[in-house]
Amino acid sequence: MFIAAAAAILATIAMAIARAVKGPSVWDRILAANMVGTKTVLLIAVLGFLTNRPEWGDIALAYTLINFVGVIAVLKFFRYRSLGGPSSGIDDVGEV
Amino acid sequence: MDWELLRDGLSWAMLLGGAAFSLIGGLGILRMPDIYTRMHAASLTDTMGAILILGGLMIQGGLTLVTAKLVLTLFFLLFTSPVSTHALAAAALTDTRTALQARDDGTLAPTEVDLPDDQDALDIAADEAARQSIRDEESRA
Repeated sequence: MFIAAAAAILATIAMAIARAVKGPSVWDRILAANMVGTKTVLLIAVLGFLTNRPEWGDIALAYTLINFVGVIAVLKFFRYRSLGGPSSGIDDVGEV
Repeated sequence: MDWELLRDGLSWAMLLGGAAFSLIGGLGILRMPDIYTRMHAASLTDTMGAILILGGLMIQGGLTLVTAKLVLTLFFLLFTSPVSTHALAAAALTDTRTALQARDDGTLAPTEVDLPDDQDALDIAADEAARQSIRDEESRA
């Protein structure tokens, strides 16, 4: 049963990668990359149970947070063309 | 009553349900016509897919530390995926300002969307103007 779930997740990842290759816009590619990340979290958790090492949940937990930070950083870069973004205001002495 | 069988059956049903939701979402992301409808399909795998698959694994794990970590994973997934989806939609909309909308004859056409001014872009422009005036002042001094 774990194998069936892992196979379904792998098929979903394949479809998301196909969308990432096809595009057409950069937002489609980011959406597909985000989905691959989410599915990878689930895949790691399922594979942990499949191989009788459910401690892999630790890795899945870390991957959730890394995936989130990565997607937000890429989105910010492509929206503002820099990672500084709108929060980089000028302070009183004129330093950024 | 065979609790072992009930537990296994329930977790298998949840795993298979989550796998089905994942596949449907993957099909949607591949076949939907524009970015917003694709995000709609992707949200399916982010919510029901993740909840059902991790829930099935939790039932398999029982009351252990493994289950606690799966609960944490699900907790973070349910908080982070709406945030990234919202950021993606906002970024895509301010970039293209068009979305597919249905016309009277039922066909879909990209349509201009009315948006308020992008306050962040205005802030960036104001910052840049302020920096420029400071630079001018320094060069005069």
